Amino acid sequence: MSDVLIQLAGITKTYGQGQAAFQALRGVDLTIRQGEFVAIMGPSGSGKSTAMNILGCLDTPTSGAYVFDGLHVEDLSRDQRALLRRNYLGFVFQGFNLLARTTAQENVELPLLYRGETAEARHELAMGALRSVGLAEWAHHTSSELSGGQQQRVAIARAIVTNPKVLLADEPTGNLDSKRGHEIMELLVSMNRDHGITILMVTHEPDIAAYAKRVVHFVDGQIAHDKENGEAA
Amino acid sequence: MMGWTTLLLALREIRRNLMRSFLTVLGIVIGVAAVVTMVTLGNGATQAVSDQITSLGSNLLMLRPGQRMGPGSSSGAPNFKAEDAEAIKAQVGSLKAVAPTISRTAVVVVGTKNWATSITGSNSDYFTSGNWTLEDGRYFSATEERAGKAVCVIGATVRKELFESHSPVGDTMRIKQLSCEVVGVLAAKGQSAMGRDQDDTIVMPLRTVQRRITGKQDVSTILISMQDGASTEQVTNQLTVLMRERRKLSDNEEDNFSIRDTKEIAQTLSGAIGTMTALLGAVAAVSLLVGGIGIMNIMLVSVTERTREIGIRLAIGALEKEVLLQFLTEAVVLSAFGGLVGLLLAAIACYGLASLLSLPFLFSPGINLLAFGFSAAIGVIFGYVPARRAAQLDPIEALRHE
Repeated sequence: MSDVLIQLAGITKTYGQGQAAFQALRGVDLTIRQGEFVAIMGPSGSGKSTAMNILGCLDTPTSGAYVFDGLHVEDLSRDQRALLRRNYLGFVFQGFNLLARTTAQENVELPLLYRGETAEARHELAMGALRSVGLAEWAHHTSSELSGGQQQRVAIARAIVTNPKVLLADEPTGNLDSKRGHEIMELLVSMNRDHGITILMVTHEPDIAAYAKRVVHFVDGQIAHDKENGEAA
Repeated sequence: MMGWTTLLLALREIRRNLMRSFLTVLGIVIGVAAVVTMVTLGNGATQAVSDQITSLGSNLLMLRPGQRMGPGSSSGAPNFKAEDAEAIKAQVGSLKAVAPTISRTAVVVVGTKNWATSITGSNSDYFTSGNWTLEDGRYFSATEERAGKAVCVIGATVRKELFESHSPVGDTMRIKQLSCEVVGVLAAKGQSAMGRDQDDTIVMPLRTVQRRITGKQDVSTILISMQDGASTEQVTNQLTVLMRERRKLSDNEEDNFSIRDTKEIAQTLSGAIGTMTALLGAVAAVSLLVGGIGIMNIMLVSVTERTREIGIRLAIGALEKEVLLQFLTEAVVLSAFGGLVGLLLAAIACYGLASLLSLPFLFSPGINLLAFGFSAAIGVIFGYVPARRAAQLDPIEALRHE
């Protein structure tokens, strides 16, 4: 529990230029250790999603240093960042972002395809991942035939099928009712507990954040407070 | 990632979006098929006309009584006589053949069969001036011409209608009260530039027709075939002077005859066909453009969905070049497939229409390649360029694309 996996130092992100420039992040320092389950909270516009996208290498910071498992991310090329996502990161989005008209199994197999796995390995791993999210019997249904909760579980299966070091979830329960939301959270907790996957999750709901072991609060592009759950608020 | 995995991804994507794929292919199919069909048929029509012009006979002048005023001789201009043709042959230079002709439509009877056809009386120069060749038998001789013998040379259509497969040479046929011996069969020439069947004809010595069929000494048209390289203008001038003199026209009277140059007719016709081909080509170009715009529309409409798809693929860890290769493969497969279907459709349409319109079917590799290349290029460019723009975005921007 003590290995440092991610280290952000003085990260800033500015959108636009000149008069219209907007500073989404104003110097963020954050350290995340292997196996943590961190919830990132904050009001809208506080920069929590921007921070998440930078952590996920989906977006690039304007300045600052980002070290992932000893790698200086700011020095990597586009393709190297893509390979980093491919090999170490898994994503779950608020809007699920599954491919349309594509079966659950094919969606889950997609990251394996880019990793060059054989058809048999893809099939086996994808079915394993679908089983672990409880959707084995829905493998051949397309996204539109699945409920929101099921789609999000397919997305989680797709994120974990490559056995990533970090799972990044951006408002994973945002499009779901509270019952489905709690089911998804149970699933994420078990991924963290049983597989040791580090989870970073953006949310604005306190009861969802309560599942995490640590909560980081963003206000105005900076970290306001950073607490272990269970400590006195 | 191996090449064939990309192909698999691309094919999967095509199958998954059947409607979009179908519409893209349809645009290309229509564009290619329309252009190729129209240009091929246009070329066929031009070829047909130039064939007919050749079969008409080269350097041919037609001397007719009356002025050019539509069909039939007008204002009672007198017909020619056989002597006019002899005078032309004797007095005008650089001529190859001079054939006085008179034609009548009559019913011909052989055994139990009968057939209405055009009977032409002329001399042996007729065959030279009309570029006729023999398929069987012989032409009639000078002696038979002078004696007005009842001998005839028949066209391919007449032979087909009245005789079985055996050679008709030596057989007799009856025209009105005249019993006539077939001495030769002409090789088929096909339709004339005006669409008349040139092979539906019987040719006899002029004198025979005048005595036994028309009962008059008149000659309606004199066909004059010039030698190669002869000046049409010079010959026409000499002819005009000679005919004015023979027809005793005073200086203030207009010509009561006309000279038509078949080359002139041919040029007019081929000019008209050229215009038609250009028009068809323009219509075809418009359909190619419309097909192209159709492809563009489909591709651009699907940009939003595809941009998000690209965002998902990038987020999952696809390299930019892998995504691009997939989209390029998709565009190439669809465009090539559409192009090939278009070419196939065009070939079928051309073949069918050519036989329906009795035009020759001229396969032109050039236009096939051009149409295929153009449509395929549109398909590939409009499939690939938006994808390239999306793949160059940061993944999060592509994912957020609305």
